[in-house]
Amino acid sequence: MGSEYTNSEMMTVTAARALENGTTCFVGIGLPSEAANLARLTHAPDVVLIYESGTLQTKPDILPLSIGDGELSDSALTTVAVPEMFRYWLQGGKVDVGFLGTAQIDRFANLNTTLIGDYREPKVRLPGGGGAPEIATSAGEVFITLKHSKRAFVKDVDFITTVGFGRDGKARDGVPNIGRGPSRVITDLCVMKPDPETRELVVVSLHPGVTREDVVEATGWEIRFVEQLETTPVPDENELSILRELKARTERAHSGQQE
Amino acid sequence: MAEFLSLHDAVARYVQDGSTVAMEGFTHLIPFAAGHEVIRQKKRDLTLIRMTPDLIYDQLIGAGCARKVIFSWGGNPGVGSLHRLRDAVEKGWPHPVEILEHSHAAMACAFEAGAAGLPMAVLRGYIGSELPSVNEQIRFIECPFTGERLAAVPSVRPDTSIVHAQKADRHGNVLIEGIVGVQKEAVLAASQSIITVEEIVDELDTHPNACVLPSWAIDAIAVAEKGALPSYTHGYYERDNRFYKKWDEIARDRDTFTQWLNDHVLNSAESAGGQV
Repeated sequence: MGSEYTNSEMMTVTAARALENGTTCFVGIGLPSEAANLARLTHAPDVVLIYESGTLQTKPDILPLSIGDGELSDSALTTVAVPEMFRYWLQGGKVDVGFLGTAQIDRFANLNTTLIGDYREPKVRLPGGGGAPEIATSAGEVFITLKHSKRAFVKDVDFITTVGFGRDGKARDGVPNIGRGPSRVITDLCVMKPDPETRELVVVSLHPGVTREDVVEATGWEIRFVEQLETTPVPDENELSILRELKARTERAHSGQQE
Repeated sequence: MAEFLSLHDAVARYVQDGSTVAMEGFTHLIPFAAGHEVIRQKKRDLTLIRMTPDLIYDQLIGAGCARKVIFSWGGNPGVGSLHRLRDAVEKGWPHPVEILEHSHAAMACAFEAGAAGLPMAVLRGYIGSELPSVNEQIRFIECPFTGERLAAVPSVRPDTSIVHAQKADRHGNVLIEGIVGVQKEAVLAASQSIITVEEIVDELDTHPNACVLPSWAIDAIAVAEKGALPSYTHGYYERDNRFYKKWDEIARDRDTFTQWLNDHVLNSAESAGGQV
């Protein structure tokens, strides 16, 4: 306790803690991958990590830069073809948690990774859907992690690449064979969960030192807070040192490549 | 039976202006050397299919080879945008490129359906997504048995698929190891196929369940040593992550890109991938 940590570390550790030991998790690249591997290296040694490149039960020693780095295949129990990954393992219902990042998210936890602006005349073209549209609907539930900002947290996304609860919060109602959807959103300021009735995201926990005003300022809609607002537990020494070692190993590996 | 050709001759014979071409490889085994040969031969009006366009299609688009791109994730993995793809889509440089975008699940299923000789793929996909509103090739059907609403997309049937692999034996049988992506499906779905390999060996020396493409399912094999760089070949060389980062600067600017293209592809002999 009492150790120094950054907002980013707070976010990663909180996201990692959300993953229970033994869970099967379909991991997105970037922040979700960092958090999922921290979980595996700390409280959840038996978490099963799956990446869309086909690597099943992978235990990378360094964080992959891309979703298909050799490290993922080298350290996996087995590697399957991409159609098998999506059809059997994801669509077949073998995944408990989908762990995603995003460029833009709205109050109903819909994700936009397609573009900013109008589809035919985009202001900014983003990479697109990738695995997310079906991870979000076939996984048992979805965790989302991203940095908090007014640009990212908007009232309505410009484009729903990946559904949270739809434009009205009801997109999953009555749909057969669909997962529960986003169950928590972890940022560098707070943790949000969907309201059980309306499905609108509400803040359930503020990170230490963060005020309600900080969150209001960084959110593009009138964000609400639950009555029993909690304070997110701080990272412990073990989590911080393992996270820092992981990032240092990763940095060394990615900068020491052949020219 | 697969015919052993030079990369030049394989591309000249199997890639025509206006062709629909899939160059696959999911981060791993991306056929850069073949892509560069397509650029050198100035193929035009190609419909390029690939789940992750990656640097290889950024280069082909910037070089003016593409008319249309069908994809499901168009970024520089772990780095950011594909600037040549964006410039073509947002500003029409060097000319406008039409895009048709899917999710990974749908494209993977579409490749598989193509390999299976089916006209379409069915999946539980695109629920609640707005992608169907911008891609008319995404439709929905009702399961005749359960009534469940399912997504349908046309299968991928390229004129030519091009993939890179570790090795071929002297009979032209090819072994693909590591992250195998949709390469097998891409080759089987296509009318014609080119496979570039690191080397030709006497024996594949493999095991019963390995991903092997038999000689009689392939049209051309060309040796392209380090032909997947800056991506990687499992068991041969690693991904050049530094080049992927460097590409961000090269591709951001039209002049820098054009200079790179002249120096490293157009005025360069048949060679390895994207080395700088």
